[in-house]
Amino acid sequence: MKAHTLSVLVENRAGVLSRVAGMFSRRGFNIESLAVGTCEVPDMSRMTIVAIGDDAEVEQIKKQLNKLVDVIKVTDITDVENVGRELALIKVNTEPGGSRAEVMQIADIFRAQIIDVAAKSLVLEVTGDSGKINALENLLRQYGITELVRTGKIAVVRGGKGLKSSK
Amino acid sequence: MKTGAKILIEGLQHEGVEVIFGYPGGAILPVYDELYNSRMKHILVRHEQAAAHAADGYARASGRVGVCLSTSGPGACNLVTGIATAYMDSIPVVAITGQVPTALLGNDAFQESDITGITAPITKYNYLVKDVADLGRVVREAFYISGTGRPGPVLIDLPKDIQNAGLADETPLPEHVALRGYQPTYRGHARQIDTALRMMAEAERPVIYAGGGIILSGASQELVELAERMGIPVTTTLMGLGCIPCDHPLNLGMLGMHGTCYANYAVTDCDLLIAVGVRFDDRVTGRIEAFAPGAQIVHIDIDPAEIGKNKPIDVPIVGDAKTVLQAMIQRMKPPGARGKWQDQIRVWKEKYPLQYREDGALRPQYIIRELSDLLKGEAVIVSEVGQNQMWTAQYFCFKKPRTWITSGGLGTMGYGFPAAMGAHFAQPEVPVFVIAGDGSFQMNIQELGTVAQYNIPVKVVILNNMYLGMVRQWQEIFYDRRYSYTELPSVEFVKIAAAYGIDGVRVETCDEVLPAMKLALDTDGPFVMDFRIEREENVYPMVPAGAAINEMMQGYMK
Ligand SMILES: Cc1ncc(C[n+]2csc(CCOP(=O)(O)OP(=O)(O)O)c2C)c(N)n1
Repeated sequence: MKAHTLSVLVENRAGVLSRVAGMFSRRGFNIESLAVGTCEVPDMSRMTIVAIGDDAEVEQIKKQLNKLVDVIKVTDITDVENVGRELALIKVNTEPGGSRAEVMQIADIFRAQIIDVAAKSLVLEVTGDSGKINALENLLRQYGITELVRTGKIAVVRGGKGLKSSK
Repeated sequence: MKTGAKILIEGLQHEGVEVIFGYPGGAILPVYDELYNSRMKHILVRHEQAAAHAADGYARASGRVGVCLSTSGPGACNLVTGIATAYMDSIPVVAITGQVPTALLGNDAFQESDITGITAPITKYNYLVKDVADLGRVVREAFYISGTGRPGPVLIDLPKDIQNAGLADETPLPEHVALRGYQPTYRGHARQIDTALRMMAEAERPVIYAGGGIILSGASQELVELAERMGIPVTTTLMGLGCIPCDHPLNLGMLGMHGTCYANYAVTDCDLLIAVGVRFDDRVTGRIEAFAPGAQIVHIDIDPAEIGKNKPIDVPIVGDAKTVLQAMIQRMKPPGARGKWQDQIRVWKEKYPLQYREDGALRPQYIIRELSDLLKGEAVIVSEVGQNQMWTAQYFCFKKPRTWITSGGLGTMGYGFPAAMGAHFAQPEVPVFVIAGDGSFQMNIQELGTVAQYNIPVKVVILNNMYLGMVRQWQEIFYDRRYSYTELPSVEFVKIAAAYGIDGVRVETCDEVLPAMKLALDTDGPFVMDFRIEREENVYPMVPAGAAINEMMQGYMK
């Protein structure tokens, strides 16, 4: 079992997300995260899907994705040099004069931004790979995390070439 | 101005649609009003499920796209079983449903249901049309997607205001279908084909395992030619029956759960399995690890996702069966001698033929055999689901593709009778027989009204055992004869038919079988035969669930 990162170009149309998500649940495939948004081609969207399975399973996932009429191209970039990032927003309890300084120090080390300050809490914005975000989350837990949102991973292949948009 | 309804009907005409099976209602009224002016044939069924099955039966018998039509909500939902049936067997059907006006979508409006959501897992693609300007393109795409590549059902959901909305008259239909996300592969990879051919020439014990993909692709002739020239025996799936004549010396018959012993033995012992247009379904393979355990496997299929799905494949070839087999015939090399393998198969065939007790009692196998001898392959045979289906698959001698129509993947009881109505419109000159169980026939028995109204000459053979026979068989074998809710009381089907103005006979002895069938053939119009068969006759051979396919229960042996 291994996490695979799939970069999937799809038609930018109503219903595409539910078709993709539905295919995963229907066939019992494990999806770790799915992030979707517009991309460099005006009427297409790019999804970054992190799926977990053995080789045969991931092969099936790719084939079943390709079968969807709205899916234009599927690229498995797991074994290609790529950079992947997630964004997380974390709301942490802080005591003025006490834990607040510690949390700000931790944020600094992780190069997280503080994007909101209230009397007894801070909101941190952090980007990085999942490992980094997990580490930050673990460190902050002792102070009390009241809310946490993660985007799911997005990724691009390193170097000058883009992923071509034809099948 | 041209309304959406008119654009739809013109689109259907442009696709060459001959007949629509449908049922009206509030949300599809504008389309029905347009049909009133049209020359297109519309058959009013008695239940929308039958419309979907009839469109499917038409598609299977003709090779063209079948069309069904319903209103929104309950009408659309009644199509669902039929759409799922077509999906599982890769049958090209376009289903058109009315929908509440766009302004009410998502409002739980009267007779609203999210039919595109409901059918997403059972259609190849579906559309909810929200702009009349898209409609012409949508109709073209729907037929294109449905009928090409690996065929399948496509649904078009059409809100009522879109049916009424006007578009300037001169709006032309789009010339081409351009779908960048849908480009099926038809030609097989040349090097893979050569590898497969080398293996086929060298193998000592090869078997071809052919399925519904051969029928869909129209590749029967190529299959038989390749098998003959390479001297390779052929076994077919339930869906593949008819792709090689049953009496062809290389034919092994059907494999799998109720397949012939010799087909199952041959597959278990082969050293090369050439799988064409099949999907290694569990009813075929039994315990998958023990399926063709010593064989290298070549798999030819138009759907890449089928290759390697259930079983690792040595030589995958993605492509259309006909195109790939043609390429194989052109490039093949003569095989080595395979006398020993042919001898072995002959021994199996002699030792383990299909057999049943011939003691004068009215048994279903006898009835199917008589029908087969009478019709000599010149008929379309449509089955229901259960024992009736398996006995027909085993004992009817199919000689041509598209003469055998059955719900294989979904196994839908109630499929056969309405599918037979559809088949008639595809092959109007050919007799169409339905082989039914008393249970299945009662699932869409209301279609007697349709065949009566349009005088559709479907001949119904009811193998009446007053049981849900196949389920009873499992209860007998695996549940210690505890027949929990599988007994059906006797029904006088001839009287029911008579109430619709349809002729019929009840048959209780072997002597009456042939005369009843001849009477059916001589009757101009539908006909119902109620055969009172031995109630506890079983289907054998049988591979118990979870067993390897060579671990068969034999049943009766002479
Ligand atoms: C719609 C549907 N419901 C239930 C089943 C499960 N099932 C499979 S075979 C069978 C019995 C069929 O009985 P009948 O039509 O009388 O045919 P027989 O087996 O007696 O030939 C049943 C209930 C099914 N295949 N389809």
